[in-house]
Amino acid sequence: MYITWKATEAGETRKGTINMQELLGFWRPDGRVGIRNHLLIISSVVCANRATELIAAAVPGAVGVTHQHGCALIGADKDMVYRTLEGTATNPNVGAVLVVGLGCEGIPAEDLAQGIAKSGKMVDYVSIQKAGGTMGAVHAGVKIATQMAEELGKMRREPFGWEHLIFGTECGGSDTTSGIAANPVTGGVSDRIVKLGGTVILSETPEIIGAEHLVARRAINPELGEKILDLIKRVENRYLSLGVDFRGGNPSPGNIAGGLTTLEEKSLGAIHKAGTSPIQEILEYAQCPTKKGLVIMDTPGHDVESLTGMMAGGSQVAVFTTGQGTPTGHPIAPIIKITGNPKTWNSMGGDFDIDASTIILGQERMADVEERLFQYLVEVINGRLVKAEIMGHREFGISRISMSL
Amino acid sequence: MGNVSLVIMNKRDNVATAVMDLESGLKAGTGDGREINVKESIPFGHKLALQDIFSGQVVIKYGEPIGIATKDIKTGQHVHVHNVEGNRGRGDKKGDN
Repeated sequence: MYITWKATEAGETRKGTINMQELLGFWRPDGRVGIRNHLLIISSVVCANRATELIAAAVPGAVGVTHQHGCALIGADKDMVYRTLEGTATNPNVGAVLVVGLGCEGIPAEDLAQGIAKSGKMVDYVSIQKAGGTMGAVHAGVKIATQMAEELGKMRREPFGWEHLIFGTECGGSDTTSGIAANPVTGGVSDRIVKLGGTVILSETPEIIGAEHLVARRAINPELGEKILDLIKRVENRYLSLGVDFRGGNPSPGNIAGGLTTLEEKSLGAIHKAGTSPIQEILEYAQCPTKKGLVIMDTPGHDVESLTGMMAGGSQVAVFTTGQGTPTGHPIAPIIKITGNPKTWNSMGGDFDIDASTIILGQERMADVEERLFQYLVEVINGRLVKAEIMGHREFGISRISMSL
Repeated sequence: MGNVSLVIMNKRDNVATAVMDLESGLKAGTGDGREINVKESIPFGHKLALQDIFSGQVVIKYGEPIGIATKDIKTGQHVHVHNVEGNRGRGDKKGDN
């Protein structure tokens, strides 16, 4: 027996009574605004991953974030891992945080919790060695987390302006349709967000290689333009020391199968996703923007690491363009997926939010798809779940600049 | 025949992108009214030469260099990793230039 059920267009029943352009979010004590109200359970070290998972599983609605770091780190590498963990927890999409640690780690749970507490949001920690082992930590952690969940339920969405929005841009599983359709459409939305007073992040430094002259030209002053060229040179040299052709790593085998021939070709298509606005500053991985408008964050082309860096930098939402198709999401932020490849849309459209293949098929103008993406973004900001959230995609990966000791 | 099946990103480009699978022997139309005789099968999303490109010559897409031809490429032939190399990210060629 089948039960039939007809999905209605979101908002259909309330059309005329709701202003879809109004943005509603959760105001945080530090003045930032979240578009989700997550309870985050995060491990400060890999050794606390199991306890973190168990606590998150026991508290409905909680999001567990685990990783393989938190110990045997030094210098700038340790700083970057710490900044990523703290930044993820202080992202305004998170309403409350429980840090789970071991007790002897390089990034102690207590230190991380104190860092997060500066944002003014609810935060606490448990350490396995002090709490009587895994089960003791889980017991204590669940008790704290359930109290936090109760507090989060009292919070309400309130109006906020575009100047509070940090919009991440990402491309992955790219092919030649990315540069023709999905990236230019996303670029159009990026330009609109900048005009509305918001912030847009262009990430994935290796995917600027070969297009840096075009990007540097758009810097707000010649000094920043030089810095952009230096950044690209530095990143290219870092990988050149491995003594091999980037091809195979970037462009990846999938990129090549999709028609992308060289890194330059991939980059020239990739930069379209952030639009055409002037570039205001360059951010380190997981650093929060200090300016409004278009900024560059130095992240790798690795999608999950790049998204993790932008979200740790305070981005509340990202658009992810794909050609060959990738389902990636993020634990605390909606990742809107768009593809310009008709074959990919037909084969795995269930993973994507926006079909931009109509451009290549000649069925829709670029401007119309851009409008659809923009309206969808507004709905997502206001609470509509994206496909990656519905399917529970919560990929998280911290970029590293050195080896573990 | 006559359908637009090739996308040209910039008027300076010497390659175009196929937006459908193209078989050898077809005539493929471009947005600017040209017709190219397809010399090899070109999969969806792959590139075709809009003009003869000689070995060592720059391949241009988006109006910018995307690599160097490593073989002579005839108009209508497939342009990809078998006949084009990038200039960037070439750790294997470090010190050669």
